[in-house]
Amino acid sequence: MKIGVVTFPGSLDDRDALRAIEMAGGQGVSLWHGSDNLKEVQAVILPGGFSYGDYLRCGAIARFAPIMSSIIIAAEHGFPVLGICNGFQVLAEAHLLPGALTRNHELHFLCKDQPLRIENNNTMWTSGFQMNQEVIIPLKNGEGSYQCDDATLNILESEGRVVARYLGQDPNGSRNLIAGITNERGNVVGLMPHPEHAVETLTGPSEDGLPFFTSILHQLVGR
Amino acid sequence: MALDTVSIAQETPDTAQPYKELGLKDDEYLRIKSILGRRPTSSELAMYSVMWSEHCSYKSSKVHLKQFGEKAPHSDALLVGIGENAGVVDVGQGYAVTFKIESHNHPSFIEPYQGAATGVGGIVRDILTMGARPIAVMDPLRFGLADAPDTHRVLPGVIAGIGGYGNCLGLPNIGGEIVFDETYAGNPLVNALCVGVMRHEDIKLAKAHGTGNLVVLFGAKTGGDGIGGVSVLASETFNAAKPTKRPSVQVGDPFAEKVLIECCLEIFHEDLVVGIQDLGGAGLSCATSELASAGSGGMNIQLEKVPLRDPSLSPEEILMSESQERMCAIVEPEKIKRFMAICKKWDVTATVIGEVTDGLQLNITFNGQLIVDVPPRTVAHEGPVYNRPIAEPEYRKSLQPISSAVPRPTSPEEIKSAILKLMSSPNLADKSWVTSQYDKYVQGNTVLAQPEDAGVIRLDEVTNLGVAISTDANARWSYLDPYEGAKLALAESCRNIAVAGAKPLAVTNCLNFGSPEDPGVMWQFAETVRGLADICLELGLPVTGGNVSFYNQTGSVAILPTPVIGVLGVIQDVRERTPMGISREGLELFILGKFDDNLSGSEWAHLFGEIGDSSPVLDLAQEKSLINFLLAGQSLFDAAHDLSNGGLAAAISEMVLRHGIGAKITVESAGIQLFVETPGRVIVAVNTANAEAVVELAQTHGVEISSLGSTGGDALCINDSVIPILELRAAFEETFPKLFG
Repeated sequence: MKIGVVTFPGSLDDRDALRAIEMAGGQGVSLWHGSDNLKEVQAVILPGGFSYGDYLRCGAIARFAPIMSSIIIAAEHGFPVLGICNGFQVLAEAHLLPGALTRNHELHFLCKDQPLRIENNNTMWTSGFQMNQEVIIPLKNGEGSYQCDDATLNILESEGRVVARYLGQDPNGSRNLIAGITNERGNVVGLMPHPEHAVETLTGPSEDGLPFFTSILHQLVGR
Repeated sequence: MALDTVSIAQETPDTAQPYKELGLKDDEYLRIKSILGRRPTSSELAMYSVMWSEHCSYKSSKVHLKQFGEKAPHSDALLVGIGENAGVVDVGQGYAVTFKIESHNHPSFIEPYQGAATGVGGIVRDILTMGARPIAVMDPLRFGLADAPDTHRVLPGVIAGIGGYGNCLGLPNIGGEIVFDETYAGNPLVNALCVGVMRHEDIKLAKAHGTGNLVVLFGAKTGGDGIGGVSVLASETFNAAKPTKRPSVQVGDPFAEKVLIECCLEIFHEDLVVGIQDLGGAGLSCATSELASAGSGGMNIQLEKVPLRDPSLSPEEILMSESQERMCAIVEPEKIKRFMAICKKWDVTATVIGEVTDGLQLNITFNGQLIVDVPPRTVAHEGPVYNRPIAEPEYRKSLQPISSAVPRPTSPEEIKSAILKLMSSPNLADKSWVTSQYDKYVQGNTVLAQPEDAGVIRLDEVTNLGVAISTDANARWSYLDPYEGAKLALAESCRNIAVAGAKPLAVTNCLNFGSPEDPGVMWQFAETVRGLADICLELGLPVTGGNVSFYNQTGSVAILPTPVIGVLGVIQDVRERTPMGISREGLELFILGKFDDNLSGSEWAHLFGEIGDSSPVLDLAQEKSLINFLLAGQSLFDAAHDLSNGGLAAAISEMVLRHGIGAKITVESAGIQLFVETPGRVIVAVNTANAEAVVELAQTHGVEISSLGSTGGDALCINDSVIPILELRAAFEETFPKLFG
């Protein structure tokens, strides 16, 4: 199973995402932002980092990279895409997911081991979780406050499209403590916390992030 | 202003030049004239002024620093020593590790965010220049009193700058220190350490060899920021009467640096450079003269080719600009095409600005006119050397022992309130408000990070080889006795490495002091260097490089002498590292090492405004035995924690607070034993099954060991005093948000 990880200029957690894919048993394939070639991968991860230095707005420039034109078309036809942190911001800018990520309410970068509840295990990236499973996954960003209008929020909540929600103290001022969402079809998921940093207890707070990577591999095998 | 060329300089020997404004003294200016046999051109004057500044030339410290060479221990691990951008040590399995610490103190006072940010950027480029991938950073910081208004301007900006730059580069921040003392008001210390890793064969040096090879400037375009930063900012005492120096602080662009890192690593991977140098302090003046001086000597530069952000810059300004995120490489002509292609891939501007020649002079032209014609060694390596007057400072004669005004708590209530007071004091309180603004996870190899005793990074995912790094300083001890203070700081740093389970291997240092023109400060400095050189020789640890920051002084008040010591250690299997926190109930607690009753320099005495009269004296044999014991017993410990600031009281509180598991300990003379900071002590938490083996091991190593108590419960119990963890945690965690939130 080949899963691609896109490197934009300024991507940081691309190698970590590749490592997580390999640990889950998949084959990680590095994709370059400047090419529209998806190299026959069966799913794509947009990694964390500061693509283009977060200039203009987070994800606003990366969204126009040549690789994104291929990803957007594929995603609209059900191709699995996971955006982590900056990747989530890129997905929002690309309108593959609704809403926007804005500065944390305390206006600081925040790095912490964040408790979450997985509230949707019907997506291609979360099927390996128990419903309402509580997990701990690192959160690290300066602009992770999820915002959208009331109508969108209603749709997300009523359709069960909130994939993960923050537990405990509100880390960043996200509406309804939203940590991650999915599109209607469940193939595109955006997540502010970093599951690729919770794949071994030696270097992370838990192994709770691993199911994001095993889920997609199982889904692809089952196709 | 008309271009001041070499021929004009020859024709107009008596033209008045603003050398004083550029920070040069009368005799230094005369020396430049005698080297050149004429007056310098304005461009040459600009180059000499920045390169002969205290910051670049080490003119006041050189005579002392040479001890690091004279007393250097033999080390098989040292691959590249002092003099290059950073030292390199062999950590085994073909890996080489480079690390270095530098100061960015003065810019961070003027403009906290950009000063601190570009401090990170500068040290990261030093590491990159050696051919290494940067893998972690650390930031030892010192500020004025926590409740002083200016600290509230400086600290949040410094933290945001370090985070803003380091996070964007994708470098985990794994440790450091934050200490408050009133002498740092107006002179905050912002030191930055970076560590990088490479294979042995990938080491790069800053040398320009090979006639006809090309000089390539790549990275960001050159702008007007940071002009004269080293000569004006870092080499002069602040004076409130002078105009603001904001324009002298560089402005950082971490995205440009991140792209530059990846671009350089790809260039290194294809072996496309002969030599490489980053542009930091003194910009192009430094890079061209150092590359040429360390190489065969001759170099021609066409300055008009330098890509400019601001086209109005004069040649002098181009030479002095400290614009960030720039590198200078020496490339063979047949490799230039591939070099340029990689730069293009990463959208990095790269321009050939000159070539290596077979001559002996560094020649710089501007639109065909010769404006610099100098022997590069005279600029880069043969600056002035001062043997400044040294005198033991007067204050040492009036030091008083700790008085009875400093309480020695004994009753349960007194002990409880003392612990709560200590753990909520800014120097010991929880630093999460700061460290949560740093990314510690990126790169996925962080095994230990703050608040642990040392940061531990995995180098190899298959063999689990790793490195540990710790930075330490105890400025109050250095104030009481700079010779012992320096030795004790280094010993503490080694202990922190050993506590985590790693073997100390090499040393870097950042020596922060007041004005070298003050004989008392110079005495502190000389004693510090003597102490460091002595202990490095005794422990067999090479000093791989470092940095001196003078002029950390406001008026006649100098900062406490603050030698920040960084020690690098190697750990064969990072899975075996020992954390500091108590993670289980029912463990036995032991304390290693002896204590005395000298509260001088302790945090407890500091809380009552006293510093005392004498620092501890390092017991080197004991320190060595303790380190050997820790390394031999690594697999027997569940947790281990060094006793330093705040003594036993702070150490046991920190161990308890890490995972919220309590402890019950017994001490004989609580009033002293809890708060004294006698060095050479460690607490270990041990599974009962291993207790006997630990005691035996300590005795074998000649290390004093005594039972302290056991773990468990939801309180820290000291004798009959019960401190609920909830209460302790509240006191520990509320200080920073209250002050800076």
